[in-house]
Amino acid sequence: MADRPASEISARGNLPPLELHVPEPPFRPGDPVDYTYLEIPAAGLLARPDEACAAKETHSLCDGLIRVLDDDHQAVGAWDPKLDPETLRRMLRVMALTRAFDDRMYRGQRQGKTSFYMKCTGEEATSVAPAFALAADDMVFPSYRQQGILIARGYPLTEMINQIYSNRADKLKGRQLPIMYSSREHSFFTISGNLATQYPQAAGWAMASAIKGDTRIAASWIGEGSSAEGDAHAAFTFATVFNAPVVFNIVNNQWAISSFSGFAGAERATFAAKAIGYGIAGLRVDGNDALAVYAAMRWAANRARSNGGPTLIEHFTYRAEGHSTSDDPGQYRSAHEREEWPLGDPIMRLKRHLIALGEWSEEQHAAMDLELIEQVKAATKEAEKNGVLGHGMHHPFHTMFEDVFEELPWHLEEQADQAIRERRTKWPEWKES
Amino acid sequence: MTRRLNMIEAINDALSVMMERDSNVVVFGEDVGYFGGVFRATAGLQKKFGSNRVFDTPINECGIIGAAVGMGAYGLRPVPEIQFADYIYPGLDQLISEAARLRYRSAGEYTAPITVRSPFGGGIFGGQTHSQSPEALFTHVAGIKTVIPATPYDAKGLLIAAIEDNDPVIFFEPKRIYNGPFSGNYDKPVEPWARHPDSAVPEGYYSIPLGKARIVREGEAMTVLAYGTMIHVAEAVLADKGIDAEIIDLRTLVPIDIETVEKSVEKTGKVLIIHEATRTCGYGAELSALVQERCFYHLEAPIERVTGFDTPYPHSLEWAYFPGPVRIGEAVDRLLKV
Repeated sequence: MADRPASEISARGNLPPLELHVPEPPFRPGDPVDYTYLEIPAAGLLARPDEACAAKETHSLCDGLIRVLDDDHQAVGAWDPKLDPETLRRMLRVMALTRAFDDRMYRGQRQGKTSFYMKCTGEEATSVAPAFALAADDMVFPSYRQQGILIARGYPLTEMINQIYSNRADKLKGRQLPIMYSSREHSFFTISGNLATQYPQAAGWAMASAIKGDTRIAASWIGEGSSAEGDAHAAFTFATVFNAPVVFNIVNNQWAISSFSGFAGAERATFAAKAIGYGIAGLRVDGNDALAVYAAMRWAANRARSNGGPTLIEHFTYRAEGHSTSDDPGQYRSAHEREEWPLGDPIMRLKRHLIALGEWSEEQHAAMDLELIEQVKAATKEAEKNGVLGHGMHHPFHTMFEDVFEELPWHLEEQADQAIRERRTKWPEWKES
Repeated sequence: MTRRLNMIEAINDALSVMMERDSNVVVFGEDVGYFGGVFRATAGLQKKFGSNRVFDTPINECGIIGAAVGMGAYGLRPVPEIQFADYIYPGLDQLISEAARLRYRSAGEYTAPITVRSPFGGGIFGGQTHSQSPEALFTHVAGIKTVIPATPYDAKGLLIAAIEDNDPVIFFEPKRIYNGPFSGNYDKPVEPWARHPDSAVPEGYYSIPLGKARIVREGEAMTVLAYGTMIHVAEAVLADKGIDAEIIDLRTLVPIDIETVEKSVEKTGKVLIIHEATRTCGYGAELSALVQERCFYHLEAPIERVTGFDTPYPHSLEWAYFPGPVRIGEAVDRLLKV
């Protein structure tokens, strides 16, 4: 039937022909931007259900937007986590450090020191605030844009840069694309690069923690784009069936490389609303409001830790820069989107809140920014002593064949010999450093 | 103390022994919990070890393997079952991109000590979705070990070794021989395992190292390289024909025991490779290449490859697909003519 030539397709009664809907983003390059179609409720309006509530009590929140910081930079409403000023300043500092780090690494890539980089500009709150809300030994299964968690957990910047440069001090032995960090010591899972695979793994880790009667929970992050992967469905299903202590974060930054969120279903439903179908708790939060993000993660973490099961949190935010150093967002979206974004910038908002509290000042902020630039610069210099990508200061050749298996089988030994022989043939003077 | 066990009982015994020894071993999959698995391989385990360690899962192979990877990262030693090898494909990304590469990409910080058990192969009228032999999909992947037992004794010892191994292992169980060895003569009654010497399975713990082949029968006329069900078919055909062949059960496809293969080929000069999987780019192609690269000057005849055909596994014509005694017999004759 389906392969009839078009000329034979006849009308069925008076029904119109079927039409394919291909989503189109509201704005393309050069378009003026008008965000009035977005429903942005005022801060402080939404109720905060008890952490032990039935999942369905949260489902009305899946269409709302949890916001704490209001237009006067005050923390308001039931979701205000009431953090002390010192914690707020630390959170601000980590977010600002993450941004300073991103800026420097982006420039490093442009200077040819590495092959690739990904910034999280505008989304710092969605990783830094959750890191503050989780326990330090809760296991995180991040995507590639949660460098804020690693920085919040105190992973040395120099180690991050060694990894980005794939140099001879890179703990991952130069095997991974830049920014695909791993740190077991910081309960930070090895980043894949295949999208959303970490989601069912987080569910499995959480199940293991429950099997063992542990107290640690798992949290995972994906983008709204990769929420379309089957792995997300697998993860939600396993988590709800086994009531796994896991928090699923969907960072809805509106863009998956050049595809707007409509290609992941945003025209029909919020991403938080997926929770409804799986019968798990769901929250939708202003991702540029660090206090709201902290509060949502705190709620979900407390719930998971008390055997209340999984929560899905949608972080509504905006990817202020390109997907990575490999794309130019000017080719597919309007530059005005970033300027007009109605939820502002997460660092600015937290800064203004602290100033409004009388706990911070513009001068202190400017001084901190300078200090952070220096800190990143010093870490970069330190890392550069170990080399940058493509300048010969990599790990020894034989390491290329190690860790495929715990022990090197005969065929990899033979191939390692081959690789080293090729090297000697090309550069007879070469000696492994 | 040994007992006479069939393959299913030997596998069940291995799981039980390992769950007893190591509280980190967990077993899960579709229908494996209360019911004990559609082939009964996990029968009684939930009752013995509790539903915290032996449980049913949603019908989602991506979830089964993905959760196993996460559990492995936690420190457990998961032994998930995929009900039929034919169903493993939704879990491939989690196996190929994740389990196989965790150790490498994290420079050893995270590993995937997972054993994925799955019945494979045809001969039970399973049609195209319950008969496939996808081992070559896994032998092609860096970082995965592929193990296939051919007897109850090996099934237990190899499964224990696989569970103890710190790398991901695909453990394919030839389901045609779950209940008895198979001569390839589908029109004759099934032989029970009880009469086969390798159904004598010791009680308790023992393991058979991965990467070591088993010489089923020593001989001079030719070297037969096979695994799983085809070991028994080859044995029967060559015995019928009265050929003094050396039959090697590879047991582990990656890493392969190349030394045993080389030694045998150097002695016999003739090689017959048999597998049930489709022919093109099957594991036999790799075997053939290895033998040619390493033993060329000892070869006295072209290498023979007997395999399934390059079609989906048909239902009514199952035995026309199966590389049975006639197909093997022809290849043996060709080898001996040279």
